[in-house]
Amino acid sequence: MTLRRRLPPTLALPALLTALGVVLPLAYLVLRAFGAETQELRDIVFRMRNLELLRNTLGLALGVLAAGTAVALPLAYLAARTTFRPRWVLTLLGVLPLAIPGYVGAYALIAASGPGGTIQALTGLAWPGPSGFWGALGVLTLFTFPYLFLNLHAALRTQDPALEDAARLLGRTPGQTFREVTLPHLRPAWLSGGLLVTLHVLGDFGVTSLMRYPTFSAAIYQQYTAAYDRVYSAWLALMLLAVTGLTLWLEARLMRGVFLARVSPGGARQPPRVPLRGWVLPAWVFVGLLGGAALVVPLGTVAYWLRLEQNPYALAGLWDATRSALTAAGVAALTTTALAFPLAYIGNRYAGRAARVTERVAYLGYATPPLAFALALIFFVLRAAPGLYQTFSLLILAYTLHFVAEAIGPIRTSLARATPRLEEAARVLGAGPGRTLWRVVLPLMRPGLLASAAFVFLSVLKELPLTLLLAPTGFDTLARNVWTYTEEAQYAAAAPYALVLALGGALLTILILRRERP
Amino acid sequence: MTHLPAGPLTRAGTPPAALADPPAPLLEIVGLTKSYAPGLPPVLEALDLRVAPGELVTLLGPSGCGKTTTLRLIAGLETPDRGSIRIAGREMTAPPVPPERRGVGLVFQDYALFPHLTVLGNVLFGLSGLPRAERLTRARETLALVGLTVFEGRYPHQLSGGQQQRVALARALAPRPQLLLLDEPFSNLDAGLRHSTRQEVRAILRESGTTALLVTHDQEEALAFSDRLVVMRAGRAEQLGPPHEVYAHPRTAFVANFLGRSNLLSGTASGHVARTALGDLPLEEPAQGAVLVSVRPEHLAFARPGEDGTPVTIAAREYKGHDVTYVVRLGGQELLVHTAGQEVWSEGQEVRVRVTCPARAVQ
Repeated sequence: MTLRRRLPPTLALPALLTALGVVLPLAYLVLRAFGAETQELRDIVFRMRNLELLRNTLGLALGVLAAGTAVALPLAYLAARTTFRPRWVLTLLGVLPLAIPGYVGAYALIAASGPGGTIQALTGLAWPGPSGFWGALGVLTLFTFPYLFLNLHAALRTQDPALEDAARLLGRTPGQTFREVTLPHLRPAWLSGGLLVTLHVLGDFGVTSLMRYPTFSAAIYQQYTAAYDRVYSAWLALMLLAVTGLTLWLEARLMRGVFLARVSPGGARQPPRVPLRGWVLPAWVFVGLLGGAALVVPLGTVAYWLRLEQNPYALAGLWDATRSALTAAGVAALTTTALAFPLAYIGNRYAGRAARVTERVAYLGYATPPLAFALALIFFVLRAAPGLYQTFSLLILAYTLHFVAEAIGPIRTSLARATPRLEEAARVLGAGPGRTLWRVVLPLMRPGLLASAAFVFLSVLKELPLTLLLAPTGFDTLARNVWTYTEEAQYAAAAPYALVLALGGALLTILILRRERP
Repeated sequence: MTHLPAGPLTRAGTPPAALADPPAPLLEIVGLTKSYAPGLPPVLEALDLRVAPGELVTLLGPSGCGKTTTLRLIAGLETPDRGSIRIAGREMTAPPVPPERRGVGLVFQDYALFPHLTVLGNVLFGLSGLPRAERLTRARETLALVGLTVFEGRYPHQLSGGQQQRVALARALAPRPQLLLLDEPFSNLDAGLRHSTRQEVRAILRESGTTALLVTHDQEEALAFSDRLVVMRAGRAEQLGPPHEVYAHPRTAFVANFLGRSNLLSGTASGHVARTALGDLPLEEPAQGAVLVSVRPEHLAFARPGEDGTPVTIAAREYKGHDVTYVVRLGGQELLVHTAGQEVWSEGQEVRVRVTCPARAVQ
C-alpha cells in the first residue's frame, strides 16, 4: 500500500501551528540580531570572547560524549551480555541518574566537597571542590550518560547473535568479534544517544554556571540576568544555534550509510551471556563507584543538608513549589501529548514533503537550546503580543513546542501497532472515522500515549531554563527554587526542593521503566 | 459448523449456471481505472466485471496485476480515477460512498484482527448497527458457523493461524454483508492447513449463500475455489470464465502458463492443423498463418512401440509417486511431459512423444 500524500485539514492545522511556533521566534531572533549598526555588529561578532566560548562549548560537549561512552558502554555490556546478578541493579543505575537534574547534581557535589562541605564535616578529610572544565565534565557525564546507556543497552540486547556466531566460525577471536561485528552494530545507537547527550550539554547552563565554566549557554544566561545586552544575547543564541545545527548535520552525516539490517523479530535469539568469572569483583567496584558518585553522594548530601534546615516557613514554601511544579508538568504533559499525536500520525501514515517537514520542525524545537528558544520567544512575544509575556499560557506553549519531539517517539512506536490495516478493517465493518479512532486506534496506542505523557511530565519537572525565563512572577516551581538557593550558596534552603525533585523524578523513572518492560 | 443462523445466511446459494435467466448482478464494475500517482502507469485499466448473487468469483494474477487494488476500490478504501462500481444496484463511486456504508465485508490477508479485543469483541465490532439485544446472539451464531464458539473469550494472539483466519471470516460474515471480499486469505497458512481451510470456507460461503470475490496468486486455489475466475495481467482482465473452461481453452500464452503449466510451440496453421516441431497437430479451433500453440503437459504421452511419435531426449525427471513429470529436449526447446504411467525413463534416454488431444492456438 502506498502512503497518502495530501494531509487532511484536521492534521495539517496542528502541523502548521507547530511549524509557526518553532520557526517564527527563531526567525525573529535573526532579525533582532542583525538589527544593530554595522560597526557594533563587527564588535560583537569578532570578540575574542566568542572564540573562547566556542572552544569551551565544543570541548565540553566532546569531553562529555567521550566520558559518557566510557561509562555507558561497559555498563550496558554488563547488563546485556554478562551473567552479572542482580541485573536490575545495572538497569536502575543506568537509568536513575536521569531523574536527577544536572543542576541538582552539581549542587550536591559542590555542597558535598570543598572546605566546609559534607565530606569534610563528616570525615575531616579536605576534599577538593569540583569546578571548571573537569567539574562540569564530571557532573554532566554522571547525569547524561543514561541517554547513551539506554540506546547501547537496547542495541546490545537485540543484536542477532547469529552475526557474532558467524564471525567466530569465520575464525575471529571473541575480542576481534567484538571489535569487528558488535561495535559497528552499535554505531546507530551510539549516534542517537550521543546526539541527545550533546544537545543536552549544549543547552545546559545550570551546571556550567555553577562550575564557573563559561560556555555559550552560560554566557547567554549571564547576559540575560546581569548585563542584559539584547543584541549580544541574540548573537550568542545564534552562535549556539549554529553549533547545534552543526551537531545535527554531523549526526545525520554519520548516520547516512548506516544500514540497519534486522532479522524478523520471531527469528532472533537472545544473545548468549558471557560468564564474568574473575571479573565479578572489578564489575562490582565499577558499579559501586558509579552508583556512589551518581546516586549516593547527591542524595546523601541533600539528606545531610536537610537536617540542618530549621526554617519553619520552608514546609509551606515546599508545598507551594510542589503544587506549581505538578500543575505545570501535568498541563504540559497533556498539551504536548495532544500535539504529538497528530504529528506522529502524520509521520507514520503520510509520505511527501509536508510529512517530512512536520517531523523536522518538531525535532528542531527539541534541538534548539532552551535558553536560545526562551530568548527568541521573549523577543517575539514582547513585539507581537506583549500581553502574553510572563503568563502561564506562554510557559506551557514553550514546554509544548520544546518537548513535543520527545513525546512523538513512544506514540510512533505504538502507532506501528495500530496498523492502517486495522483502521481499514474497522471502516469496512461499519465504523466511521471518529468511532475508528476511539474504539481501535486510541485503545491500541494507550501505552504509547501514557509513556509520552510520563516522559514529558518528568522533563518539565526537571526543566530549568524555560521555567526560569518564562514563568510568571511568583510561579516558583521546585526547579526554580533549587536553582535560586543554590546560586546563592544556600545549600540548606535548597535541600528540600532538591530532595522532592529527585525522589519524584526517580519514582516516575521507575514507573516508566516498569511499563516499558514487555 | 452445521448449526446455521436464521435469516439471509441460510439462503442456499445456487451457482448461476443452473439458472435459466441470469439474475441482476450483485456487483457491477464498468471501466474501472486507477493509478497511484499522476504519470505512473495505471495499476488497473478499464476493468469490467459482473458478479451474480451467490456466486464465488476469483481474481487471479501475479503480484502487481491490480487484483488487490480492485478489492480495495470495491471496499471503498481507495478512490478510482474513472469507472463505476455498483453494489446491489447502488452506485458507489459518484459521489463516493465511505467504506463503512457500503455493506461489504473484507477478510484481510493478514486478518487485521483487533489485538485489544477478544474473539467475541472482534466479531461484535461490526454489529453496532443491530439492536443491542440481537448483537450477542448474532455474534455467537457466526462463531458457531466457523466452529470457534469455545474460543470466544480468547485474544487473537492466543489463537493459531488457522483459528485467526476463521475469526477474521466470522467477523466479516457477522454483519451479513451483501458481498464478501477476500484478499489472499489463505496465503498465511501452511500448505496442509491452507487446503482444509479453503474447503471449509467455501462450504461456509455456500451454506450462507454469500456472494464472494476472492483475490489470489495461487492458481490451484483459484481453480478449486471459484465458480468463475478472472485471470488478470498488468491491470487488465486477460480471460474470464468458469475454471474448467479457462483451463481447457486458454486464449493467451499468459493464461496458458499462469493457470497450470503449458508447452508453447511456434508453428504455422492452416485451418484445423498446425505444423510444429511436434509434427502436424490438430487444432481445437481453426487458425491461419504463424501461431503459438499451447499443449498441456498431460496431453503429451510417450509413444509405445509401433505408435507414431517425435523423437526427444529425456533431460530431467521429477518423480512424484502417483505421477511423473519429465523434461524432454526437442531441438533447442524443452518440453514438459506429465504421465501417470509406470514406465520410468532415465536422463539421457532417447524416447518418442505424441500429442493425445487437440492443441490450442494462443495469442
